[in-house]
Amino acid sequence: MAETSEVDEDSSLNSKVLCRQQQIKTLLSLFGQRQAMTTGSLFIYGHTGTGKSLVLQSVLNHNKLPYIFLNSIECSSPRFLFEHILNNLPVQGSYQISQDLNNLLNIENGDDDDDYIQCDNLTDFIRLLVSFISESPLKNQTLYLVLDKAERLRESSASLLPVLLRLQELSGLNVCTIFVSEIVWEKFRSGTGFYEPYCLHFPDYSRQELMEIMCLDAPASCEKDLYSLYINIVLSVFHMVCRDLRELRHIARLNYQYFIEPIEKNEVKPSDTKKLWRNIEPHLKKALTSVYLREVSSRQWELLQQAELADPDSDFSKAIVPSRSYVELPYYSKFLLIAAYIASYNPMKYDRRFFAKFSAKVSKRAKHVKKSERTSNHLLGPKVFPIDRMMAIFYSIVEGKVVPSAYINVQISSLVSLHLLHQIGGEDKIAAPKYKCLVTLDFIRSVARTVHFDVMRYLYDFL
Amino acid sequence: MVKNNHQEDANSLRNHVKVSEITSHDRRSNLTPTKRTIATPSKFNSQIALSPSLLESRIASPRKHKLGISSPKKTPAKKRIAPSAAKPSLVDPDFNPLEETQRILRLRISQVNKPPVISGYEKERKQLYDLMKRTATTGESNSLLLIGPRGCGKSMLIQRVVEDLHSDVAVKENVQLVQLTGLLQTDDKLALREITRQLKLENTVGDRVFRSFAETLQFLIEALKKGDQASKPIVFILDEFDLFAQHKNQTLLYNLFDVSQSAQTPICVIGVTCRLDVVELLEKRVKSRFSHRQLYLFNKLTLSQYRDLCRSYLTLCSDFPDQDFADTWNKNIQCLLGEVSVKDILERQFSLTNDVRGLITLLTYPICQVNAAHPRVTAADVVTSFKLISTDTKSAMLHGVSTLELCLIIAMKHLTDIYDGEPFNFEMVYSEYQKFAQRRSGMQVYEKPVVMKAYEHLQTLELIKSHAGGGGAQVQKEYKLMSLLVHPSQILDAIQKYPGCPTEIKQWASQSIC
Repeated sequence: MAETSEVDEDSSLNSKVLCRQQQIKTLLSLFGQRQAMTTGSLFIYGHTGTGKSLVLQSVLNHNKLPYIFLNSIECSSPRFLFEHILNNLPVQGSYQISQDLNNLLNIENGDDDDDYIQCDNLTDFIRLLVSFISESPLKNQTLYLVLDKAERLRESSASLLPVLLRLQELSGLNVCTIFVSEIVWEKFRSGTGFYEPYCLHFPDYSRQELMEIMCLDAPASCEKDLYSLYINIVLSVFHMVCRDLRELRHIARLNYQYFIEPIEKNEVKPSDTKKLWRNIEPHLKKALTSVYLREVSSRQWELLQQAELADPDSDFSKAIVPSRSYVELPYYSKFLLIAAYIASYNPMKYDRRFFAKFSAKVSKRAKHVKKSERTSNHLLGPKVFPIDRMMAIFYSIVEGKVVPSAYINVQISSLVSLHLLHQIGGEDKIAAPKYKCLVTLDFIRSVARTVHFDVMRYLYDFL
Repeated sequence: MVKNNHQEDANSLRNHVKVSEITSHDRRSNLTPTKRTIATPSKFNSQIALSPSLLESRIASPRKHKLGISSPKKTPAKKRIAPSAAKPSLVDPDFNPLEETQRILRLRISQVNKPPVISGYEKERKQLYDLMKRTATTGESNSLLLIGPRGCGKSMLIQRVVEDLHSDVAVKENVQLVQLTGLLQTDDKLALREITRQLKLENTVGDRVFRSFAETLQFLIEALKKGDQASKPIVFILDEFDLFAQHKNQTLLYNLFDVSQSAQTPICVIGVTCRLDVVELLEKRVKSRFSHRQLYLFNKLTLSQYRDLCRSYLTLCSDFPDQDFADTWNKNIQCLLGEVSVKDILERQFSLTNDVRGLITLLTYPICQVNAAHPRVTAADVVTSFKLISTDTKSAMLHGVSTLELCLIIAMKHLTDIYDGEPFNFEMVYSEYQKFAQRRSGMQVYEKPVVMKAYEHLQTLELIKSHAGGGGAQVQKEYKLMSLLVHPSQILDAIQKYPGCPTEIKQWASQSIC
């Protein structure tokens, strides 16, 4: 590689990948020349959307280095990993040769029709890898194995990760294994340890860098300054909460139409930044609590925007935004659920006070003393209660006379199967099963509202 | 000695082959150079073939400190080879000394390297050599465990002893080597197939082994039992020995040790492991058959030896084709190592880890930086490299989390402080966060689901993890008990460096209990 061309390549690479000059430089220097030895294994970590895979792939592609890229999530068993690598060796130009070789092996093996190499253990993998590479022109070059989402490798067989880290030593080939992950290296260590890779950190993008990158998405019709103003507003709302580039770009793309509408309608001049800001900001804040959480899908959000732009006073938006927690249940089931919730979150000794007809009022002093333990129930989570207690509460809160029939029991078990209740022990009914209520306060309040029952009056924490 | 030279030749050539021209027979041919491998020199690239000879001849180069174990026998052969291999590159008109340097240095930091200078372990080496030689010549069966921490030179030692054995004609013809790795041969079936493959027994065709597990085992044991003192000795080298002890019933180990205890084919079983308690892993019947001969290797490098090692990794050897270049390079390295900052960094790296692998990690970056535009290793490179490898990874990750996530982490830190390390759940963290955000700051208070998303992001980053007794699967995610995996000092450190961190958050973090 001549020196001048290298400089050119670097600059063209940098124009494709923004704000990663330092990382590209380090990677290029670590890789060195095509036939040079590289450090045996490389571990790259950083947050999502910091360009780890992008930089790696563009560096490898740009220099036309032989590499195999694979996602560890796809390799649910080591077998997939081995076979993916063996069947995808990038033997450019000499593809024919490897084909012949495979055919040769298959004939030896006795099966004739399939070119697919099968391999299910590490011994064979190393053996086949060595034999393939040493027969091909690859032997004079560094072969890169890029394993994305490497944290998944920890879950597969215990010897896979140590072997991949020592692949260079075990196979004697010029191979470099690159692991890409969000998780720091300390969490990968296990057992008696293994060959430590060379760790490389990809830092997060700063706000300026995020702006710079996101401005690349500007539509052709939009001026640069205007778009960067828009990105600035988006970041001012979302940057506190989210640093993920992909998420931010998605949000920016979704809400752009709303931002540009007043300008297109000539209601606001592009120079009037204050008005633009006032127009878009509440909209973005709404997006933070709906579309960012994926409670509203992107498609629905776009429809909603169009409707709102067409008719600002319409109620369309409310119609489309689903309430966060709503399930249609039978009448008694609702009461059963409320009873279960009360039983879960109230201390047992106060049941008498809430549900018996003639109960003494709590003295002010007692109220004061109990203050420390008061808020704790909703912080600590639901408690387990026996079915008898729930039924007692149920009979005292439900209006009218309910006959204890089989239907009630069926409804309890259907609540369990809906994962609104959780049953602990007691498959047989005689052993009096215990339950726990798994719904949130918001949910139970909306359920109680439908049956006109004020659940808050019965909750000890809120008295 | 002169007679040996030819053999030497073949051996070192074979070593070149091992690095450059790699075949599936590599392992097998490790100790039994077949005709095929000797015939290959024409195949390999002269450039690559050059390197190991250069590396090895480092041993011969004059050094201040202990000159390793290089046997005097070896040197002439090496010297003889090096110039012949170097010749084509001298003739080569576009020979670039810098590229050559780069290649040599890069080879040293890769995993297939051999250290440029070998020193220490003389006693252990002699012991191991004697043992293997006795097996090879007198037909004595032995077993031995080589124990030492990672990166202390166990494999290097074995490799050297094996090479020494090869240099002895009488021994070389007379011994068969089988190398197994616990990582690769994950069960006895694979291990047996590998053994038969490496021994080239009659049930193999080419590289493949045809027989079931039971048959192979029976066949192998029969073959071993049929032999007597006169048959060819076999040396088994079991790398990652502790993993072999995890196989079912330890069948393979039992059979190997059993053969070594009875008057059958002479075998020598050498286990290599980094676990000190490896003998306790063995079953009683296996343990009783093991000879309990153990060899401990410990890293006993002193700081000055460490410095010398560093120098030997960076300097070019005496038979570098372009001698003038090598001289200036070495002088430059000498200057570099004399600089205060470099000395300081070497000392700090030494206090962190005194093994060779740590040194290699340190040197990786400076060596990779060498190129046409930057032809020298500078002190600044070493400083940068140390900074790169010694960054606290978690603080680096904390630097990239959003402000909301940082708030949550501070809230968790407070909770852990208040409740003496008791695990917490989301609700507690949220109420702590709310207390802060409502009372003490002008910050926007985010809704619960938004905060939950941030909390879950922290979970995927594994900065918090669900507590062991956290109540199984049937708990709502808000009430799942978690514990914080970041140390308070890391949090404070991250907050110091956090870009645009609001003052009230800084204050909140520094107050121990709010």
